[in-house]
Amino acid sequence: MRIPCPYCGSRDASEFSYSGDATLTRPAPDNADAMFDYVYLRDNPVGVHREYWYHDAGCHAWLTVTRNVSTHEVIDAVLAHDEAAS
Amino acid sequence: MSISRRLASGGLIDRSKPINFTFDGKTYGGYAGDTLASALLANDTMLVGRSFKYHRPRGIFSAGPEEPNALVTLRTGARGEPNTKATTVELFDGLVASSQNCWPSPNFDLRAVHQLAGPLLNAGFYYKTFMWPAAFWEKFYEPAIRRSAGLGALSGLDDPDTYERSHAFCDLLVIGAGPAGLAAALAAGRAGARVIVAEEDFVLGGRLLSDSAQIDGVSAASWAALAEAELGTLPNVRILKRTAVFGVYDGEYGAIERVSDHLSVPPPFAPRQRLWKIVAQQCVLAAGAQERPLVFPGNDRPGIMLASALRTYANRFGVTPGQRIAIFTTSDDGWRSAFELQKAGAEIAVVVDARTEVAPDVRKLAGNAPQFLGAHVSDTSGYRRLTNITITDSAGQTRSVAVDTLGVSGGWSPSIGIATHLGGKGSWSEEKSAFLCNDLPPGMQLAGAAAAQWTLTQALENGALAGAKAASHVGLGLQAQKPILAGDEASGNNPVWLFKGSRRKAFVDLQNDVTATDVALAAQEGFRSVEQLKRYTTLGMATDQGKTSNVNGLAILAGEIKKTIAETGATRARPPYVPVAIGAFAGLHSGKHFKPTRLTASHAASAAAGATFVEAGQWMRAQWFNAPGENDWLQSVTREVKAVRSSVGICDVSTLGKIALCGSDVGTFLDRVYINTFSTLPVGKVRYGVMLREDGFVMDDGTTGRLSADHYVMTTTTVNAGKVMQHLEYCHQVLWPELDVQMVSVTEQWAQYAVAGPKSRALLQALLGGACDVSNEAFPYLACAEFHVGNIPLRLFRVSFSGELAYEIAAPAGYGEALFNALMQAGKALGVTPYGTEALSVMRIEKGHVAGSELNGQTVARDLGLGRMMSVKKDYIGRTMAAREALIDPDRPTLVGLRPVDRSQRLRNGALLFARGMTPAPDNNAGFITSTAFSPGNNHWIGLGLLACGLERHGEIIRAWDPVRSGDLELEVVDPVFVDAEGARLRA
Amino acid sequence: MRYSLTSLLKQTLTGHKGWTPQWRDAAPKAEYDIIIVGGGGHGLATAYYLAKEYGLRNIAVLEKSWIGSGNIGRNTTIIRSNYLLSENISLYELSLKLWEGLEQDFNYNAMVSQRGVLNLYHSDGQRDAYARRGNMMRLNGADSELLDREGVRKLYPFLNFDAARFPIQGGLLQKRGGTVRHDAVAWGYARGASDRGVDVIQNCEVTGIDIVDGRAVGVQTSRGAIRAKKIGLAVAGSSSRVAAMAGMRLPIESHVLQAFVSEGLKPVIPGVITFGAGHFYISQSDKGGLVFGGDIDGYNSYAQRGNLPVVEDVCEGGMALMPAIGRARMLRNWGGLVDMSMDGSPIIDRTHVKGLYLNAGWCYGGFKATPGSGFVFAHLLAKDEPHPAANRLLLDRFLSGHIVDEKGQGAQPNLH
Repeated sequence: MRIPCPYCGSRDASEFSYSGDATLTRPAPDNADAMFDYVYLRDNPVGVHREYWYHDAGCHAWLTVTRNVSTHEVIDAVLAHDEAAS
Repeated sequence: MSISRRLASGGLIDRSKPINFTFDGKTYGGYAGDTLASALLANDTMLVGRSFKYHRPRGIFSAGPEEPNALVTLRTGARGEPNTKATTVELFDGLVASSQNCWPSPNFDLRAVHQLAGPLLNAGFYYKTFMWPAAFWEKFYEPAIRRSAGLGALSGLDDPDTYERSHAFCDLLVIGAGPAGLAAALAAGRAGARVIVAEEDFVLGGRLLSDSAQIDGVSAASWAALAEAELGTLPNVRILKRTAVFGVYDGEYGAIERVSDHLSVPPPFAPRQRLWKIVAQQCVLAAGAQERPLVFPGNDRPGIMLASALRTYANRFGVTPGQRIAIFTTSDDGWRSAFELQKAGAEIAVVVDARTEVAPDVRKLAGNAPQFLGAHVSDTSGYRRLTNITITDSAGQTRSVAVDTLGVSGGWSPSIGIATHLGGKGSWSEEKSAFLCNDLPPGMQLAGAAAAQWTLTQALENGALAGAKAASHVGLGLQAQKPILAGDEASGNNPVWLFKGSRRKAFVDLQNDVTATDVALAAQEGFRSVEQLKRYTTLGMATDQGKTSNVNGLAILAGEIKKTIAETGATRARPPYVPVAIGAFAGLHSGKHFKPTRLTASHAASAAAGATFVEAGQWMRAQWFNAPGENDWLQSVTREVKAVRSSVGICDVSTLGKIALCGSDVGTFLDRVYINTFSTLPVGKVRYGVMLREDGFVMDDGTTGRLSADHYVMTTTTVNAGKVMQHLEYCHQVLWPELDVQMVSVTEQWAQYAVAGPKSRALLQALLGGACDVSNEAFPYLACAEFHVGNIPLRLFRVSFSGELAYEIAAPAGYGEALFNALMQAGKALGVTPYGTEALSVMRIEKGHVAGSELNGQTVARDLGLGRMMSVKKDYIGRTMAAREALIDPDRPTLVGLRPVDRSQRLRNGALLFARGMTPAPDNNAGFITSTAFSPGNNHWIGLGLLACGLERHGEIIRAWDPVRSGDLELEVVDPVFVDAEGARLRA
Repeated sequence: MRYSLTSLLKQTLTGHKGWTPQWRDAAPKAEYDIIIVGGGGHGLATAYYLAKEYGLRNIAVLEKSWIGSGNIGRNTTIIRSNYLLSENISLYELSLKLWEGLEQDFNYNAMVSQRGVLNLYHSDGQRDAYARRGNMMRLNGADSELLDREGVRKLYPFLNFDAARFPIQGGLLQKRGGTVRHDAVAWGYARGASDRGVDVIQNCEVTGIDIVDGRAVGVQTSRGAIRAKKIGLAVAGSSSRVAAMAGMRLPIESHVLQAFVSEGLKPVIPGVITFGAGHFYISQSDKGGLVFGGDIDGYNSYAQRGNLPVVEDVCEGGMALMPAIGRARMLRNWGGLVDMSMDGSPIIDRTHVKGLYLNAGWCYGGFKATPGSGFVFAHLLAKDEPHPAANRLLLDRFLSGHIVDEKGQGAQPNLH
């Protein structure tokens, strides 16, 4: 699998670490139910999935990658920082 | 001396280069350009092995990687390679090979008695018996089965050769250099595309090497050579011979290059094989097609071969495997094989075609040989070599014909295996009588016979077009292709999947001894999916992965369950398409080179000082330093501990993770990642911090110092250095991008040494002089500073893991060794002692500090006695989840100190804790021992443990149960701090 | 028909004409007492034990494809109960005990072979962790032995002791662990269940779960609607997808786990060996293939296939541990979908929907659990309360914090 890192270009996925669903938002403090959802529950969908990858062996950027988990087709990768800041 | 089956002339072998080789202890001759199989056949050696289950005599069946029978062990000793297909082994001088799965020889195999039990040993018989008594399976039945199963044997010795991995990038990968592949490579190469041509064989050409056709006015083989020559002149084209593409993965292709397998030993510094990982924009799969055998009674005798293989042996290798050859076919191509064999000088005794109608032009191909249409072979005879076939003609009459060789041709299956690796499914085409693949991996096209474009002209045209298309897909102009002129040929086929006849076994899978009856039995017993069929009968699971058997097997199943082949479908192809040595996947990462070795700056100096090193992740750390006269590690460690506690010691702590954090919001950021507060940390101060995961459990601990207003440096544990860095980057980039924080790992950039012990201040004063005032007033406990000595930047932290007055001093890694030596020099007069991780660990246990065995990912801050650090004034990662019921349960095991009631006893990590006198039962388990050490200060073993309600149990006597080491002793629960509970020493 | 040497001989004499389908290829009825969704090992075992232990007969197992097409058909065949936490050991040890009598119980030779499972350690820290684990196993009635380096060498002299990056220091041995012919387990349970009246229905994909007033009353399938009083989901790998039909989000991600087999070789590896300094474990099948595997690929996937980096990683582990396998060839490499749960342990529980039961989250440990999983799930379905051996593997543990995290990796599925 190759991931188009916005900084480093197309790189093998083995350079990255994976950390799952990127559609989740960390809830406000003290909302225990929302925090439980955030920490434990996943849609785990078939098909297109937005997910976080960390470019460990590269620029150390967290990327939001859009990928089809049924075909492994990598559709898009953007900096998670840019998304979060916008 | 055996008969030579070599034709007087012809073939693409080099008769000027004779080669000697040995098979089963006997020496033979061949020529350069031979395969082991062609050379054996030239020496009239057809019988080369025994079958898997029945140990039936089996001969060479094919001329390529689809070979089910001719498996040999190539080479000897540590270089022995079991299960090597003789049909793919390039002959080299001195080659040694031996037969497998037979004893004493393929000619006379004692295990052939299995044939007597043949009727019993049908599909799945073992599922129905061998169950009683239960204990007999491991003791008796299974060992017997295991001994007789398997094929070749591994040598048991370490592989002496090396392997490499290489990456390649190209516009177009052409898989297979037959007519279609060469045409594709030429078209794309001429257009300027970066092309890699991978060919499994050691000669380019594919079927061109086996045919006598003319292309552009020259022989097919010459055309292939000319094409190769032209490709060789194109700088943008790379030809990889002896390279099989074995798999399609997401975004890359895997290929194996057999760099040195055609030599007796790899040349110096050359690998045996090279694993290629090829990133290709486009791919033309031109892997050709696979001729299908026919299933009829007695179809497995040595001498029965694929018709096209006979043609290859004759045309390419100048060998005719037999004297009188019969052809049994359901396809026009069988007739073409007859034609080519006759042309090469072989005698065709008869051509049998199951079809009632065959075009006159096709029938002409058989020359004068007798022909039977609408007929089939219904029986055969000959034990070690075919002697006769029985032909049942269209009227049902039978006759026996004496032949020693039978070529079978059941039509062709496109080699689309790798095209389905990403999940695409083959779909059956009635028109082509073959599985085609329409659902291809991204960027892949099929060309030639792989696309069921059977004829030479089609293959050449189709290949050229695919190559041109690929070039245009990567942005190069679509160039007009010069037409390639080749003759046309008939390619009719009307498959018949199973011929009836005698009661002999009709084999579908030759290697795994699966017969048509087995397939029928599986269907009868309800195994009606092809995948279930495969699993129940083992059809197609042998080393040839069913290349010659899968289609026949599933077609017979379809017949049994009254479904079409399309409805029945095919099993899913799995990589690798050809078997690949495990060593090749590992590349250079074997033995000691499994993982990189990271050395700290003081490594050489520590080694010189007598260090024994221990792996700490990829790092090597000094574990202890052996002093003259010491012959026990505990002696060394005890001396080191005593030296630190009484004087001063030096320990390399460079492997701890170090992260530099800069920016105006670092304090806020740290507040959110640590459970305690850092925004109040003054410049020049260090604070101990604990981080949780978002689920509320402790992730890591360490200290963070503030070197200047917006520059902090954090330390992590050695093992979590990468994980914490990743976590902090996540927190910053994903959770709080608005914070002004930048961070970088500086673990490798700074060498850091603990200087610990009552005389550590004196040592530093001696070393630093006026560069930094280290007096208690100027530089109290938890102070930090950055300063220079000369032009060398140094950092000093007053932190203590040992509980003594202690510092950590850091220098850029390039100065690390110099700093270590300078510390040793400066401390010489004070009796400075280098100490290793063991002494470090003993002292931290004595001090009750937690480390890896307590920070095990299953503990919360309170378990470790760190609950009071959890701020209630701010939010931080893990706070909310840490408030869950089970995480605040007062009965949770908490950190305690432990010591043996009988002080002479040794404590052991991992022993389970119970209340005194309590029977070991799951519900009674109150915890376990996490850390133990012999405490020189106390002069007995001590330990730390996690004990239920531990804080309330100080003074209690408990039981430590350790059955795996036969241990069971009584311990006293004490405070986890065994030395200097008030902390006076570290503040001294 | 009962299988025995006698029946085999008798059939041999009569040309094997009398063998009947090993299970009835049933068509769905309109209603069942219990529907098990998923005709894999766990689903079939559940149906078998429901019939055998609780005398329930009106049961259907619905399989979208062919039975045994899930992870029971694509694993590395290992059985063991060498876990650290009581919550897991109790279940896996129950399972191991059932394995020990399984073949005689369901009259099918699944080649249960207790060849021993050895986990190697390469550091003092690992040794201590294995000591704790071995003690916990003993505490929970499992067998375990802590071996030192020489003990390991005696068992496996061909391992790389001398030129290793991470030298072997010893190992934790479970002699009762071993391997099983995996497909046969599915067939044996299917046959046993079918003989007891269970309908094993293939090519029947569940497309919806009918819920009325908070109670599951049936399923929609590719072969029509089927009513049921109780529905048990045993579809690991696809648990999230199926649970979503009942409006549930699970603490699970689907990942791909690859496995490998070499060409057939004469016996070389007697038992199961797990490398402790990399991702690699290996055994040898009765047919002679080296069966080996390693870590999951580590990203969400429903593709049933993985990628080269993990293949390389696994083979590196193999070559680090036993360089003698360098010239053995990998024959086949496949991938299976696994439910990676948030704490690495399975979930066997009721759900918020009455009559809907969940058996999920098996990570890469599903095969060895097959009999135990079926046994405790049958108990849950029949009695509506958790079996004592699995009463802490419940869904609400994530909310309460009673998580069962063997490795202490936290809520990140790909680290378990």
